[in-house]
Amino acid sequence: MKRHLRELQPFNKEAEDKHIREGHGLHPLDAYLKPGRIPHIWCPGCGLGVALTAYIEALHRKKFPVDQCSVVSGIGCTGRIAGYLDMDTYHTTHGRAIPFATGLALARPDLHITVFSGDGDLFAIGGNHMIHAARRNVNLKVICVNNFNYGMTGGQAGPTTPIDAKTSTTPMGNAEPGFNLPHLAHASGAIYVARWTTFHPRQLVHSISESFDRKGFTFIEVIAPCPIGYGRPNKLGDGLEEMRYYREMSEVRNGADPGTAEIRLRDKILVGKFVDKERPDFLENYNNLVIAKAQAGKKGRAA
Amino acid sequence: MSDKDVLTGEHFIHGDAACAEGGLAAGCRFFAGYPITPATEVAERMARRLPQVGGVYIQMEDEIASMAAILGASWGGVKSMTSTSGPGFSLMMENIGLGMMTETPCVVVNIQRGGPSTGLPTLVGQADVMQARWGSHGDYGCIALAPCSPQECFDLTIHAFNLSEIYRQPVFVMADEVVAHMTERVVIPPREKIHIVGRKKPTGNPGDYLPFDSAGPLPAPMAVAGDGFHVHVTGLTHDERGYPVITDVVQERNVRHLVDKIRDNAHKIISVEETALEDADVVLIAYGCTARVARQVVEDLREKGLKVGLVRLITIWPFPSDLIRRLADRVKAFVVPEINYGQMAYEVERAAAGKAETVLFGVMGGSVHTPEEIEDLVMEYL
Repeated sequence: MKRHLRELQPFNKEAEDKHIREGHGLHPLDAYLKPGRIPHIWCPGCGLGVALTAYIEALHRKKFPVDQCSVVSGIGCTGRIAGYLDMDTYHTTHGRAIPFATGLALARPDLHITVFSGDGDLFAIGGNHMIHAARRNVNLKVICVNNFNYGMTGGQAGPTTPIDAKTSTTPMGNAEPGFNLPHLAHASGAIYVARWTTFHPRQLVHSISESFDRKGFTFIEVIAPCPIGYGRPNKLGDGLEEMRYYREMSEVRNGADPGTAEIRLRDKILVGKFVDKERPDFLENYNNLVIAKAQAGKKGRAA
Repeated sequence: MSDKDVLTGEHFIHGDAACAEGGLAAGCRFFAGYPITPATEVAERMARRLPQVGGVYIQMEDEIASMAAILGASWGGVKSMTSTSGPGFSLMMENIGLGMMTETPCVVVNIQRGGPSTGLPTLVGQADVMQARWGSHGDYGCIALAPCSPQECFDLTIHAFNLSEIYRQPVFVMADEVVAHMTERVVIPPREKIHIVGRKKPTGNPGDYLPFDSAGPLPAPMAVAGDGFHVHVTGLTHDERGYPVITDVVQERNVRHLVDKIRDNAHKIISVEETALEDADVVLIAYGCTARVARQVVEDLREKGLKVGLVRLITIWPFPSDLIRRLADRVKAFVVPEINYGQMAYEVERAAAGKAETVLFGVMGGSVHTPEEIEDLVMEYL
């Protein structure tokens, strides 16, 4: 067939370079941010800025060179975090950040690989990957920003929406209970489990830094306000009021049984470090149990 | 340890094992998969062989995860592959799209069985041909190779890795159950006789590097994690730097690059085996196990003095349209035996453009054509 197409407008690198460099470096954390990517797409009052800043503060505290760090994310508001960081970043498909990061982590055990994604991404469409990666104890630092709804698509119910909470797809209130994420992560085998809200930035930075010291699958839940998608329909007020709500509802209880950490609407929210234990990660087991035997000449069962 | 990746010598192995050995010889050091008949033996062979060469085999929770994991490993700088069959191939389509959009080299071996759905788990099919071409949403170019013997399973898996590195995208080895479970002599050449394409890395200043450059006939070299280039890799429409840009202008460049890098290089990628075409009145078009039967048909009918030829498709995608167009000017008919209800036959018909008749001999799956039944059909068009 004959093809008729529009004229291509070529990439103008010079103009783009100028554009992305403009104003870059004015903010003290710009060294960690890709030039030209700010302003971000998040709504006023969103908790994602706090979560991103906490991650950067933790890197700064650990003095990790950014060349040795990588962030993998899925789809959604949190999924956009990868694109703002000035390092090797991977914005994958919906729910698949963890299996993508699994491949990356096993190929490159020398890198610090963090999975940054939302509750819907990690626990609905990606729930199966999450539990299996925790079971295998792949060396991944998972940070799950939980805003109790699908924000990017405009505030629908998700796997963490509490029972009776209102969203655009639960206009009379949610008929389903939400997942207790720390409990699920713990039961699946995560070696480190913590929960903080964005009202607890210092504790969050501390937990992220601490998780970098653990070899294996770590899980940190960050409760974040979503005044547009969740705060408004549930009358939690604007971003500031939702923060106030999390301050009043949070109860720090380090070492609490994750089974008691369920979240209900207008009920207390347990925060703290719940689990911190050791067990060999996937590669340690693979190296000791599989590679060592294979290279010692043991054939294994014939394929 | 290093000598174990290329098992130089003569072997008597099946096609599945040969695909695994081809991957190892090509430098694959990461395999993520999920058991599925009739591709399980590829994974089993990899589970035993990869640790011998210091590679990683991981059995994922499903094929979605397997495909995602090989993309992740590839961005870690390690050559990676997976293997599956129809139902798993369907699940992989999501992240195959991500691989296409993010220009990630890797190899997917699909051992075709009868479908749709669970279909015929243990029996042959060739009905994923169009799925390989169009299975993930959106526009992209496709490279798919169809081995017709265990030897070719070995050779074409290596070739698939090479093409995936050159064109920076997932490449499919579209074998079928018959070829995969057939055991034959496979010769693995000495290492130095095997052509391997290594991964091209960018050089120079990271600020000048465009990881998704669309200006040239080939994709840009690929900076992987830890190289210091700070690449952002996204499934969103992105500019040459990798930054997401949600506009029609960038979409135009992005998509046309993904399609054109294959279309403009198709003449270099396409590979066919031509048999007895010079004076042929009827030409068979076949691939995979069906091509073995077609060879027999040509031999039988030529012995009888009948003018029959064969185009065996080694690459099923890109399709050799120009060759079919040229042949259509002088042959009476194309006969296309395939184990589906007409997939490649549509491509043949399209390229023939009414100048020669296109005749599908479809078998829905579960068995191969017999030479006799193809011969009877061919006789009708001579």
